[in-house]
Amino acid sequence: MNCSKNQDRSRLLNKINENSFTVNDILLYLDTHPHDQKALSYYQEAVSCRKNLMAEYARTYGPLTVDDASMDTSTVWNWMDQPFPWEKEGV
Amino acid sequence: MWNYEKRLQYPVNITTPNAKAAQYIMSQYGGPDGEIGASLRYLSQRFTMPNRMATAVLNDIGTEELAHLEMVSTIVHQLTRDLTMEEIEKYGLGAYYIDHTVGIWPQAAGGIPFNACEFQSKGDPITDLFEDLAAEQKARATYDNILRVVGNTPEIANPIRFLRAREVVHFQRFGEALRSIQENLDAKNFYAFNPSFDNPCTASCKECNS
Repeated sequence: MNCSKNQDRSRLLNKINENSFTVNDILLYLDTHPHDQKALSYYQEAVSCRKNLMAEYARTYGPLTVDDASMDTSTVWNWMDQPFPWEKEGV
Repeated sequence: MWNYEKRLQYPVNITTPNAKAAQYIMSQYGGPDGEIGASLRYLSQRFTMPNRMATAVLNDIGTEELAHLEMVSTIVHQLTRDLTMEEIEKYGLGAYYIDHTVGIWPQAAGGIPFNACEFQSKGDPITDLFEDLAAEQKARATYDNILRVVGNTPEIANPIRFLRAREVVHFQRFGEALRSIQENLDAKNFYAFNPSFDNPCTASCKECNS
């Protein structure tokens, strides 16, 4: 998994998408294989990578979730500065 | 409860509008085997699952389907957002345009509006999980049909291939959830009673989860 810093916006968003997908998929697997130790450690690794990438994105470009909106210290609500993902600027 | 993330589960970036592809692909938004039906089917059925594994599978797949309906509606939006009036008429989107302009509205490729009758919630876990297994295969077959039409256009086909692959994974997980329920029933007669109604041993039953 690639957690490296200083990527441009769309590369960082792609990394977030990849890591989030890993979390989505391993979640479904763990639902039906709750004792699989290899899957559990894979989950731990993916989830911590995802958290770091989401925080890096919020600090650099703005929040993708309402929780991450708190990282911005400006005096203006910045949620709507982020494009919605179907916009031309959203990819 | 859900939290929104301002991103798609898999990126969609369609640069060339295509009225005909939009008309076909909108079926996976509001059609008989589309993502709205999938999400509401699982999120409705989860209340009467007899064990927590099956409840979790329905809950978590139903949640992922919400992300899929956002992807499909993004595809339709991007395929229609820069169409000319001439293209709309020439490539078969005229009737849709009259009622919805190029807004997103849930209907099948043939124009039939979304209807809750397109999915079942029977309150019987074996019945419901077989319904879900079939639903995943029907959606997979629809994506195969779509890919035969748009397979040569990567910017449309790639997100469709992602969605198709998820149907296969979900089919696998529903099979495992069904097995978890059948293992707790009498193998000589799985249908002796409805474990969600006649002998309600619910997900919060301590003995069942020990």
